[in-house]
Amino acid sequence: MNFRALIAAFVFAHFIGSTAALASAANEAALAADPVAEKRLQKLSEELRCLVCQNQTIADSNAELAQDLRREVRSMIKDGKSDKEIVDFMVTRYGDFVLYRPPVKGITLLLWGGPIALMLFGILALRNYLRRRASRINAEDKPLSAAEASRAEALLKEIDQK
Amino acid sequence: MNRYFWILGGFAALVALLAVGLGLNPRDVPSPLVGKPAPTFSLNVLAKPETTLSPKDMQGKVWLLNVWASWCVSCRAEHPILVEFSKKVDVPLIGLNYKEVRGDGGFDMSKMPAEEEKKLAFQRANKWLADHGDPYKLTVMDLDGRVGIDYGVYGVPETYVIDKAGVIRMKHTGPITPEILGKKIMPLLAELNK
Repeated sequence: MNFRALIAAFVFAHFIGSTAALASAANEAALAADPVAEKRLQKLSEELRCLVCQNQTIADSNAELAQDLRREVRSMIKDGKSDKEIVDFMVTRYGDFVLYRPPVKGITLLLWGGPIALMLFGILALRNYLRRRASRINAEDKPLSAAEASRAEALLKEIDQK
Repeated sequence: MNRYFWILGGFAALVALLAVGLGLNPRDVPSPLVGKPAPTFSLNVLAKPETTLSPKDMQGKVWLLNVWASWCVSCRAEHPILVEFSKKVDVPLIGLNYKEVRGDGGFDMSKMPAEEEKKLAFQRANKWLADHGDPYKLTVMDLDGRVGIDYGVYGVPETYVIDKAGVIRMKHTGPITPEILGKKIMPLLAELNK
């Protein structure tokens, strides 16, 4: 093991991590004042989708809109709004799409129920298969009936005589 | 034989589902605001900064609200269509200038005083309309994008059709094309203006 390379990698990783932390700290310096509010902001932002970078939460995204929405959430926290009120605020403007965990509704049933239905289907199929296999093996293991045994005997004798 | 039929059928269904999913436009997020009253605001008018406009002032008219900014590339593509539209159709088109300075990304907002931002925003918006033509009855300035949030703006340009009662009847995200204008917006305007 190259010890120096290891140290270099470690330092590099550390450097990357700390610059990222610095950048986000500079962007949002003003909010760190209240750690409880910050925690709520963090938690809420992780539930909300950024409409611009759609695979990111507004906590992860650096898009303009995500920054604006974080600012909005922050000011609502400051105003003493509950988590539900804040989430509802976003949903009335951007729809359910803004939620990273979509609510269970008629239109999302396939999304929520689909994997469970698929798993149930798989379990059923597996059970059927195992049962059929077991009964086949059992059938093979059964001792020969008297008629079968005598026929087998006869066949063996035939071979011996040849 | 039967078993293979099931496996193949399931696979085909999965492929069909994914194909439909790939064909959808993920940017086209349905707006929950359609069918709801247009969010209220009171913003400074670009041509007369000492006055404000609110959606209430448009009550009794069918009108369009078009969100734009001079830094928005798609707005440039859309603009000639809006200019043509405003010449031909007698439906008020209101511009909502969205984050003219802040949205640009080329400015360090932490170093810009509010007064200066305002001045620069009005300057830039005026210049853009002078250069490209002004299809708007008037434009209001949403400097910090707060009104944009109320309208669920996430991809400029966006256009809202608002009826006589002040209810949003349609939202279009992205540039308006002649097809969308002809097939969706014009018929809706005709119906609402009946």
